[in-house]
Amino acid sequence: MSSPKATFLDGIHIPPNKSLTEGQAILKCPAPDFVYLPLSMHIGAPAQPVVKLGDKVKMGQVIATAGGFVSSSIHASISGMVTGFQKRYLPNGMMSNCIVIKNDGLDTLSEDIKPREESEITPDLIRKQLQEKGIVGMGGATFPTHVKYAPPKDCPAIDTIILNGIECEPYVTSDHRVLLEYPLEIIQGLKYFMLASGAKKGVIAIEDNKPDAIALLTNLVEKEPNIEVLVCAEKYPQGSEKQLVYASTGRTIPDRGLPAAVGVVVDNVATAVATSRAIKENMPLIERVVTISGNAVNKPGNYLVRLGTLYSHVVEKAADGYKGDLARIISGGPMMGFAVNSLDFPIIKGSGAVLLFNHESGFAHVPVEETCVRCGHCVDVCPMFLEPTVIVQDVKKRNWDDAANASIHACIECGSCAFQCPAHIPLVQYIRMGKQFIGGKGDGGHNPFYVIKK
Amino acid sequence: MEPIKEPSCLVLLSSSPHIHSGHTIPAAMRDVIIALIPAILAAYYYFRLSAISVILACVISAIIFEAICQKLMGKPITTYDCSAAVTGLLLALCLPPSFPVSLAIMGSFFAIVIGKMVFGGLGCNVFNPAHLGRAILLASYPQQMTTWVLPVTAMNSVNATTSATATADAVSSATPLVSMRIAEHLWQAGQQVTTQIPSLWNLFIGNVGGSLGETCVPALLVGGLFLIWRGHVDWRIPFFYLATVALITGIYGGMRGYDSIFPLYHLLAGGLMIGSFFMATDWVTSPITKRGRIIYAIGLGVLTALIRLRGSYVEGVCYSILMMNMVTPLIDKYVCNTSFGGGAKK
Repeated sequence: MSSPKATFLDGIHIPPNKSLTEGQAILKCPAPDFVYLPLSMHIGAPAQPVVKLGDKVKMGQVIATAGGFVSSSIHASISGMVTGFQKRYLPNGMMSNCIVIKNDGLDTLSEDIKPREESEITPDLIRKQLQEKGIVGMGGATFPTHVKYAPPKDCPAIDTIILNGIECEPYVTSDHRVLLEYPLEIIQGLKYFMLASGAKKGVIAIEDNKPDAIALLTNLVEKEPNIEVLVCAEKYPQGSEKQLVYASTGRTIPDRGLPAAVGVVVDNVATAVATSRAIKENMPLIERVVTISGNAVNKPGNYLVRLGTLYSHVVEKAADGYKGDLARIISGGPMMGFAVNSLDFPIIKGSGAVLLFNHESGFAHVPVEETCVRCGHCVDVCPMFLEPTVIVQDVKKRNWDDAANASIHACIECGSCAFQCPAHIPLVQYIRMGKQFIGGKGDGGHNPFYVIKK
Repeated sequence: MEPIKEPSCLVLLSSSPHIHSGHTIPAAMRDVIIALIPAILAAYYYFRLSAISVILACVISAIIFEAICQKLMGKPITTYDCSAAVTGLLLALCLPPSFPVSLAIMGSFFAIVIGKMVFGGLGCNVFNPAHLGRAILLASYPQQMTTWVLPVTAMNSVNATTSATATADAVSSATPLVSMRIAEHLWQAGQQVTTQIPSLWNLFIGNVGGSLGETCVPALLVGGLFLIWRGHVDWRIPFFYLATVALITGIYGGMRGYDSIFPLYHLLAGGLMIGSFFMATDWVTSPITKRGRIIYAIGLGVLTALIRLRGSYVEGVCYSILMMNMVTPLIDKYVCNTSFGGGAKK
């Protein structure tokens, strides 16, 4: 702990604004009458439903199985009856088919969920269970976890597992509370990850604005020779995978590469908790900790919410509703989250926070874009060492080739540039748009939008 | 099963990030003005009311010219962002004391209209507007632009009136750089240089002839360090600029057997301090990458030293900055960052 704090180059300092909820212990949110479980609550192929309309389901029962290798299973988060399939928008703007379950209020647990013998646990079983129990990255990206433990053949052997307890987004404190309240499960999950990958070293990375979590975890891993707690400097985006790997190991993930390319796997601390439960207790991922915060919320806090619960239910039943007219609803953190138009969205595996702001907050305004004055702040802060203003000029002129040459694909969309820009240019928003036009491949050659003129 | 509801309230939708640092262009420009206050006070202290009249004339006329241009161009009037005021102020600080007010206003016209607005306004200009205005004035009115008045604080001192004064005007004076040229001839001839040049201390505190805002080094250092501390200025530009000038003048002086004060003199004299901290660091006309800024600053230092040492004109800061402004787009094109993880770059 006395060593200098690990960090990465460039990046920004943001007021953390976590005091609203960081001291609030995790409270259970009452189960709703209906849950809406999207088949696409992870990156990759949608899950395939295995239940029919009118089926009785028990809590933890599989209702949809993985629709491919990069996909994950989905389980009933309450017990009750399947009453429908409904197309709903997710916060990211995508539409997904949802399985709707009506709650019978009994929370009957599925029979196959019972603790597993230590002796049964093998690396193969862990990898298999990760997919079957619906474990995906809970930091927000929702990348199916089992894929990370089946790295491509050309990658070096995994030697380090990093648990991401950074949580560099302002307002969000769900991982902080997970660190404080489920530390043993985090360490157990990390051990399972190390077993599954054969890694010899486990690192729990925590930002230095969480001294209580650092002290607790450091104390607990004292007897563990292969696990250490790494204190990282408070800087955004410290929790970004590439930046965290650099800070923890000094290794640079190559362009378009995965952490596995440098022998590292990064998982969120909440994912480690879910993994521990999945392996040890056979319990699938059916609930997660969500921070409900923002100046409009009556009772900001961290709530344990069943997947598929609507935001409106959590806000009303757990967080005691909101005050004033809402000006902005953010699903996720204010730097990378999605602004949504209502509370009518289900909590999914990657939902770390729902933030509500009324007109008294600074969130009630969107500043007007001005001309670039070439101050270079965006270049100075970019943690990927890109030149955002140059890329944005290419995007505005629809010079897709130039934008691709300027490594637009490497942008991690952290928003540091737009946060810093004195001319209020929505830099990362333009970059996001450019990426979609180019088609994510970075060559820009075969996209139908490529020829569209303004 | 509940139907999907229509949104019950009107909320803002926007792409992330949803928060902002609060940095704005007007705030940065105000910081530049704050950083120049010590230099303005020094100008008033040394040159009294002639300083204030030139400064006021330049600032006010710059703001008016920008407003007129924006009106004519059908653009929103943005004089509140203080960028015109900064241009006017920097131009005034680069003019000689007792410079005619009417010509100062003309300089401001060149700076704002020709230097900035014809390119499309803030952010689009190629040259540093203040230095462009000064260069045009220097080409058009060489007589007035090189008539230097001694500070009122130095007038009583007999020593300060050097024999090198070329004009007949009793209060006129040579700038330290002109004195340096004479000293160079004396050193080359193997003669002693004693009273011909102002002392280093007078040069440091600004008790010498020169432009309004360029003479008082402590005032400029305080302002420049303030801007670096506030994050508006990259330390690399002033540091590498000053270091390059010191290095080249040091080697040049050493090879020719000049006194060891020669490089120090070049650092403290003339427009180098104000140029390195306030002019060369102009956001719009300097490169955007850190490596680019270092190259730019070294280029500035080389050009300044070349003009000062080998040119017929004693002061090189203004022209070297204008020349490097022209090179900035080229630097930005070829000096690109390699992305973290090493993506291909153009």
